[in-house]
Amino acid sequence: MGDVRFAKVVVFVNALVPLALLLWDLYHKRVGPNPLQFVTTTTGMLTLIFLSLTVAITPLRKIFGLNSLVKLRRMLGLFAFFYGSLHLLTYIWFDRGFNLFSVVPDVIGRPFILAGMLAFLLTVPLAITSTNKMVKRLGGKRWAKLHQLVYLSVIAGVVHFWMLVKSDIRLPLTFAFIVFFLLGYRLLTKYAPAQQPTTSLFPRE
Amino acid sequence: MQAAVMAGTATASMLLYRRLNPPPAPRVEGEKIAEVAKAPAENAVKEGLAVNDQLTPLDSITNYNNFYEFDTSKSGVAYAAKGFVTRPWTVSVEGLVNKPKVFDIDELLKFPLEERIYRLRCVEGWSMVIPWVGFPLSKLLEKVEPTAQARYVAFQTLLDPQRMPNQRTGVLDWPYVEGLRLDEAMHPLTIMATGMYDETLPPQDGAPIRLVVPWKYGFKSIKSVVKITLVADEPPTTWNIQAPDEYGFYSNVNPNVPHPRWSQATERRIGEYGRRNTLLFNGYGDQVAHLYQGMDLLKFF
Repeated sequence: MGDVRFAKVVVFVNALVPLALLLWDLYHKRVGPNPLQFVTTTTGMLTLIFLSLTVAITPLRKIFGLNSLVKLRRMLGLFAFFYGSLHLLTYIWFDRGFNLFSVVPDVIGRPFILAGMLAFLLTVPLAITSTNKMVKRLGGKRWAKLHQLVYLSVIAGVVHFWMLVKSDIRLPLTFAFIVFFLLGYRLLTKYAPAQQPTTSLFPRE
Repeated sequence: MQAAVMAGTATASMLLYRRLNPPPAPRVEGEKIAEVAKAPAENAVKEGLAVNDQLTPLDSITNYNNFYEFDTSKSGVAYAAKGFVTRPWTVSVEGLVNKPKVFDIDELLKFPLEERIYRLRCVEGWSMVIPWVGFPLSKLLEKVEPTAQARYVAFQTLLDPQRMPNQRTGVLDWPYVEGLRLDEAMHPLTIMATGMYDETLPPQDGAPIRLVVPWKYGFKSIKSVVKITLVADEPPTTWNIQAPDEYGFYSNVNPNVPHPRWSQATERRIGEYGRRNTLLFNGYGDQVAHLYQGMDLLKFF
């Protein structure tokens, strides 16, 4: 991880690979009998994957001592926000036909959408305050506090996924395990005694 | 070095994406069914034997399946069901009947076959229009002569984890079972389908023989049937066992009874972009509403 700049480019390109393939398949009409459902599930999965990757950074760098990993975190978080926006857009565009008035009764009629909506809305302030300037303006401590909202977002995201499957819960369960581990790790390190005090340039979570 | 890392990771990402999203399975052609009686045009729609809506393309019907015995992903069923062997195959019709009988599939295929163009509404909120080939279930039940005690009909799918690999998992309580009230089973719109689009059924759509009840949610139309039992009491049904508050015994299509986790007011017709309003009894109210006269459909959902 010597060359952070290069690592960033690698992550950036790889994060765009699924989008490129999705657009390619859409253009060639290779997205199955229900294209809207395909786009919705694909962007939804990508959102959950990138949210999980974002909250995986802190445990990974602590366990493996890879402190520079934190420099990739903002980009991963923004990709989660990006795919989440696409996911929401496909719902509002195709499922609701941009009729925002029909969103409210639909959210009430389909509670899993409420959980998804919450997961997305929680990421909005995080995306807005993701710039260096905003970190300075808010101050490291307050900024870090605000960005703990990502924990709630990823939990709401998994709940959203869990609520919409009929009986095969293996995939949502897998995400639940991963998120449970990643968030549980934080609780453990926070309350575990006899931690060596570490100094870091970067705000602790 | 950097170029190699970039190319390597990007290729890995592409392969991973492709693995998770395989292209549709190539279609395996069924056998052509020679003699199919087409419904006379003037009465067909009025009697519910056909609908005027555009047919769902065969490729969509064969690549978008809920058939958990093979796979829980709708696009994965066609792959997992490829090569499913349907010979020998028998359907045992037994229980409260005077003449129980084990029918060989080839005997059932010799029943006079009719085309029925039905809407199919899935409980998940999507729908199709399918030109089935089959015969009324009543024709089969008449042959075994149900006794006066028989009030319900229970159906069972094949149980064979060798041939239906996902039966090794516990996603549902195997074998899949379904049931109808006897008057529902005897209704002229209730058919045993052996084909669609004038071909024999592909494995992913319930080969070699399945039930089709067009006014109920799709999961009632049990696939790959091996046993039909006439019984006195309401038989257990798979999705009702799985989640009793979400899936009732009747499971008639009803826009006014929401699923506890989503609304049933609208549906997406496969191939269309907007959503349509869902019709009571899936649009077959004229033919079947009398079966439920005086029943509280909110209670008996």
